[in-house]
Amino acid sequence: MSRSRVSAVVLRILYLYRGSPQRVFPIFVWVVVDILLWGFLTRYLNSVSRAEVNFVPALLGAVLLWDFLTRAMQGVTMAFFEDVWSRNFLNFFATPLRTSEYLAGLVLAAVGSSLVSLAVMVVFARAAFGLSFLAYGTGLAPFLFVLFVTGIAFGVAAAGLVLRLGPSSEWLIWPIPMIVSPFAGVFYPVAVLPLWMRAIAAFLPPSYVFEGMRAVVRGSPTPWDRLAVGGGLAIAYLALACLFFMAMYRTAIRTGLIARYSAETVG
Amino acid sequence: MLDGLAAPLGYERRMSSPPPPVLSVELLTKSFGTLWAVDAISFHVSAGEIVGLLGPNGAGKTTTINMILGVLAPTSGDIHIQGIDIAKDRSGALEGANFAAVYAPLPGNLTVEQNLRVFGKIYEVGDLARRIDELLETYDLARYRKTKAGVLSSGEQTRLGLAKAMLNRPRLLLLDEPTASIDPSAARDIRAGIASLVEGGHCGVLWTSHNMYEVEAVCDRVLFLSHGRIVLEGDPKKLPGLHGAETLDDLFVNVANERPPKERAP
Repeated sequence: MSRSRVSAVVLRILYLYRGSPQRVFPIFVWVVVDILLWGFLTRYLNSVSRAEVNFVPALLGAVLLWDFLTRAMQGVTMAFFEDVWSRNFLNFFATPLRTSEYLAGLVLAAVGSSLVSLAVMVVFARAAFGLSFLAYGTGLAPFLFVLFVTGIAFGVAAAGLVLRLGPSSEWLIWPIPMIVSPFAGVFYPVAVLPLWMRAIAAFLPPSYVFEGMRAVVRGSPTPWDRLAVGGGLAIAYLALACLFFMAMYRTAIRTGLIARYSAETVG
Repeated sequence: MLDGLAAPLGYERRMSSPPPPVLSVELLTKSFGTLWAVDAISFHVSAGEIVGLLGPNGAGKTTTINMILGVLAPTSGDIHIQGIDIAKDRSGALEGANFAAVYAPLPGNLTVEQNLRVFGKIYEVGDLARRIDELLETYDLARYRKTKAGVLSSGEQTRLGLAKAMLNRPRLLLLDEPTASIDPSAARDIRAGIASLVEGGHCGVLWTSHNMYEVEAVCDRVLFLSHGRIVLEGDPKKLPGLHGAETLDDLFVNVANERPPKERAP
């Protein structure tokens, strides 16, 4: 793998962000809006509830962690869509750039954008609602790692889907986190779900993260064994997503779809 | 060799085996269902020559170029760039190649300089800053260095595409109608620039164009493609006379009007 070629893909995304406030704005704005919305809701719930539950870490913390997964996924898909929108596939793939280098570039770009997003949420949630992620110390890192890898896997699989189905399939991609969230037990324990939903949750890495986080917030020790299952699933999904993208790329090369993104069909 | 008799000048050069072609295409075929877009064509391009790939729309020129660039998989046949099989090592084969085409403008949301830097890194160009400066001068783009490519005129975008194509000093250059959007004066400069690049023997060029005047002026050899097959090949200055046409333009029209061969089973 060539570091120069991977850095070229990252540099392209960096240039786009640097020269365009409208691309930088969404990295901050959705996180801030979610913190405000769920922060006030949790404050209200704390004031009316007789239960000995602090809703701030339970709900606001969950929302922010889910936002982190979504930002990781969108970090990949947005970088990929930039090439779709600017019809750049022919330019990129008619060079020595390998698909593995292209994917590595997208993932590195996603690491950057999701870390910026994470920093914003940590600072703003602390300042506005006293939610301190840092209180959990380095113990938070494995949870974030599983969510990040899952988000990247979703993003790579989504990019493969758009590569296969064409730019108009973009609308299939945006709702993916929303569709997954009811099964992942973001806001409630998986135990409240019906059996068939619990069966699906067992295959979703985030469900292990949110179950684990709830346990930690309750004061229980980190359930490392369950977290390891989630981590293993996330890494397996990332590997499968990369294989899926490669397969879609090969199909696009066989059918001429890559060339047709910007050239005449035949002849 | 007898003592005292020197070998004639150039003897060693003639006797040594010729360098492998920069591009070698063998029985290349591409079908889309029952349509044979490219039908078992074979040709080569050597360093130091410009080969014109001519034919009417739909003849298979762009399909051929896309297969050489590795963005379209052939149904069968082989492509070697500098002896490297593109099916086995696409990345290695394309390190020594580059292309410019009117239908593949560089991303309009990056500046001229940013585009050249991104693609320079992809081609791992050494001393990239200096190379970019050289190309901006050569293609008269220095004043647009910080301008977004999307707001350039079509002629300027074409010049930017050519600058990108020269970034890695390619041994094989694929040019699909490179002067289509350029005024005659700029087109003449660009033709002269590419011709001088080829004269040095560093580079071989595969050039498609519908401008027969340009083809006659630039190409050492032409391949006429019709319905996916090479139907004529030779010196563009001699071919019309050999086939009863007054000009290359007339010959082109005759080839374009040929009826397609009977369909064959895929």
